[in-house]
Amino acid sequence: MNPREPLRLHVPEPSGRPGRETDFSYLHTSPAGEVRRPPVDASPADTSDLAYGLVRVLDDEGRAVGPWAMEVDKEILRKGLRAMLKTRAYDARMLIAQRQKKISFYMQCLGEEAIAIAHALALEPGDMCFPTYRQQGLLLVRDDIPMVEMICQLMSNERDPLKGRQLPVMYSYKRAGFFTISGNLATQFIQAVGWGMASAIKGDTKIASAWIGDGATAEADFHTALTFAHVYRAPVILNVVNNQWAISTFQAIAGGEATTFAARGVGCGIASLRVDGNDFLAVYAASRWAAERARSNLGPTLIEWITYRGGPHSTSDDPSRYRPADDWSHFPLGDPVTRLKQHLISLGAWSEEEHVAAQKEFETQVGAALKEAERYGSLADGHMATAASMFEDVYKEMPEHLKRQRDQLLGEST
Amino acid sequence: MNARDEAQPATAASVTRRMTMIQALRSAMDVMLERDPNVVVFGQDVGYFGGVFRCTEGLQVKYGSSRVFDAPISEGGIVGCAIGMAAYGLRPVVEVQFADYFYPASDQIVSEAARLRYRSAGDFTAPLTIRMPCGGGIYGGQTHSQSPEALFTHVCGIRTVMPSNPYDAKGLLITCIENDDPVIFLEPKRIYNGPFDGYPDRPLVPWSAHPMGEVPEGYYTVPLEQAKVFRPGKDLTVITYGTMVYVSEAAANEAGIDAEIIDLRSLWPMDLPTVIESVKKTGRCVVVHEATKTSGFGAELVSLVQEHCFYHLEAPIERVAGWDTPYPHAQEWAYFPGPARVAAAMKRAMEN
Ligand SMILES: Cc1ncc(C[n+]2csc(CCOP(=O)(O)OP(=O)(O)O)c2C)c(N)n1
Repeated sequence: MNPREPLRLHVPEPSGRPGRETDFSYLHTSPAGEVRRPPVDASPADTSDLAYGLVRVLDDEGRAVGPWAMEVDKEILRKGLRAMLKTRAYDARMLIAQRQKKISFYMQCLGEEAIAIAHALALEPGDMCFPTYRQQGLLLVRDDIPMVEMICQLMSNERDPLKGRQLPVMYSYKRAGFFTISGNLATQFIQAVGWGMASAIKGDTKIASAWIGDGATAEADFHTALTFAHVYRAPVILNVVNNQWAISTFQAIAGGEATTFAARGVGCGIASLRVDGNDFLAVYAASRWAAERARSNLGPTLIEWITYRGGPHSTSDDPSRYRPADDWSHFPLGDPVTRLKQHLISLGAWSEEEHVAAQKEFETQVGAALKEAERYGSLADGHMATAASMFEDVYKEMPEHLKRQRDQLLGEST
Repeated sequence: MNARDEAQPATAASVTRRMTMIQALRSAMDVMLERDPNVVVFGQDVGYFGGVFRCTEGLQVKYGSSRVFDAPISEGGIVGCAIGMAAYGLRPVVEVQFADYFYPASDQIVSEAARLRYRSAGDFTAPLTIRMPCGGGIYGGQTHSQSPEALFTHVCGIRTVMPSNPYDAKGLLITCIENDDPVIFLEPKRIYNGPFDGYPDRPLVPWSAHPMGEVPEGYYTVPLEQAKVFRPGKDLTVITYGTMVYVSEAAANEAGIDAEIIDLRSLWPMDLPTVIESVKKTGRCVVVHEATKTSGFGAELVSLVQEHCFYHLEAPIERVAGWDTPYPHAQEWAYFPGPARVAAAMKRAMEN
C-alpha cells in the first residue's frame, strides 16, 4: 500500500486582504457582446454555457454590442441613470444621517444600483419583488413612493408606515410590488416562488422576482426555492446578487470557488444566466428575457448578477479589516453609473453638465426629504408610534391576553 | 357543550353523517375548497394518493391538481411557498406529514408567517393553515409521536389549535381556514379513528359508534378561543386537550372523582375565562398533556391558573405530562401519561 499524505481541510480564502491586492481573475469575465442570446423558450439544459459565461452589452468604450444589445428607449436609459444617481445620493446622505445619530442603522447598495433599477424597469405593474435589504433601487426608481416616507421608516418616527416596528431599511410597499423585508436571510426566496405559483393557480399574468445575495445562497431556502420553482415551473425570476462578499466572508466560502451561482440553476433544471451586474443594458436585457420566459409559461430563470459591494456591509461594518481598502477601484466590471453615463453621452442623450446637475438635484432632493422627515420626529426625540400600538397587528384582532398586556403597560406608565 | 357554545348561532347544515376524524377533516377541506376559490391544499403525498392518513382522499380528483397537489419533501419549502401564496391572496391549507417533521419549517413559521402582518403593519398577511398529525400512543417512536405545541404557543402571531373529536375537527378546521391569522392545526392521530382512553389493549370504539362522530355534511364552524367543558364536575378541574381528554375522563371515572374536564381546543390564544370560572368553582386543578413536561404548554397553564385563581386554590396545581425524554418505542406505555398517572395526580389534588 502506498503511504498517503494526511488529509487536509480546504478553507477557501480571498486572494486579497488588507494590504494585499485582490486577483480578480477568478471572476472569469467574457468580453462584451461575446455571449450568445438564446431564444426565450430555450431549454434549461441549453443554458449551461450561459451559466458559466458572462452576458455583457457595454464595451470599454461604452458602446452597446452583441446579441443582448436591444433597442431600448433612450428615455428609459435616462430614467435609469437618474434613478441610480438618486439612489447613490440617498445612500450617501443616509450614511451621514446614521453617523449623525439621526437613524440607528443603514445599509447602502453602492456599486449595485444598476441591478435593482434596470430590473425594475423591465418588470410590469403588478409584478411582485421579494427583495433583500440591498434593493432600495426598486423603490427609488419609482415616482409613486415618497422619499420622505422611506426616510420616516429609517427614523422610526410618527410617520413611519411600519410604526417603528422594523429596523431601518426593512421597507414594505405592497402597492409598489415590494414585499416586506425580513431580517432572516433567504426566507423570501421561496416565498417569491409561492407567490408566482399563486399567480399561475389563478390564471393571472403577474410574475414574481426573488432576490438573494451570494452569501445567503447557502441557506436551505435557496435550495427549496430552486426545487419548487423547477417542479411547478413557477413564473419567477430568481436573482442572485453576487457582490463577492457576505459581511466579511468572501463568496468562495458560500460555495463560489471554481463554479458559479448560475450553475446551481442549471443543476436544478432552471434556465440560468450569468450577467454583468454593473452593465445597465445587460441587466435590462437579461431581465426582459427572464420576464418574457416567465410570462409565457416557460418557467423560472435564475440570474447571477456579478457585481461588487462598493461600501461597507452596513453602518456597523468596517471592511478595511478584511479586504483591501481600494478593492472596488480594481473590480474589472467598474462602476455601473460611470458605464451607463459614458454610453448615454456617446448616444448624445446625456452630458457632463446634465450629470452634475442631476447629482446636485438629487442631493438637494434627499436633503429636503430628510429635513421634512425630521419634522415628524425620530427615535431619539420619542416622536414615534405610541407604545400601545406595539400590541396591534400581531393578530388581525387583538386577543384578550394582548389587551391585558397593553392595559398593564398603560396602567403602569401612568 | 357549555353555555358559551350554545350561544353560538347554529350554522350547521342540517344533514349529518357519522364520520371519523379523518373524514371530518377531509370534509372541512372539501367544504372550503368548494366555497372559496382561493383555498389550495398541498403537501407531501396529499394529491393523487390522498395523504398518508387519507385526510385529502379524492380532493384532487374533485378540484383538480392546481387546487390540490403533491409537494416535494421540503417542509421549509411547503410553508415558505404557502406564505408567498398567502401574500398573493390565496388561502393555503398545507400539510406537514407528521408534527415531528415541522422543524425544517421552523424559520418560515416563526420568523415569517407569524410576523408578516406585524412587521409590515398589515401591508402583507399570511392567512394560512398548517395541518400536522401529532401525538403518541401508536408505537410511533421518536419521530412519529411528538407533541410540539409548546414550540408554537411560545410564538407570537400564530394560533395553535387541537381538536379532540370529529365534530370539532371539522368545525375548527373550517374556522381556521377562514381565519386571517396563520394557524397551526394539530391533529392527534391516535384518535383519528376513535377516542382513546389510554388503555391500548381495550378494543377501539370507532367514531361511527360515538355521538361525537355525528358531523354535519355542509358548512359550519366551531369558534376559536373557546374551550369546551367536556365533562362537568365539581371536585376538581382538569385542563387538557386532544387525546388526553379521554384519558382524563377514564382517570376520573376510575378514581371516582367528579372532575370537570375542560377541552381547550384553542391552545393559544386561549379561552381563559372558562378555565378561571371552573377552577374558582372547584378550587383544584390538574393540567394534563402528552408533551414533555419541562417548559411544556402545561407550565403556562399552571402559571395562568396560579395567577388568576390563587385565592381559590385549595391544593397545589398538579401537572401530568410526558417524561422529559425523547418519545421511546418499546417503553411507549410507561411514557404515555395514561389513566393511572392522571388518576394519581387527581387523588393528590384531592388529598389536601
Ligand atoms: C438567517 C440569518 N443568518 C445570519 C444573518 C446575519 N447576516 C445579515 S446580512 C449577512 C450577510 C449576507 O450576505 P449576502 O447574502 O452575500 O448579501 P449582501 O449583504 O452581500 O447583500 C448576514 C450573515 C441573518 N440576517 N439571517
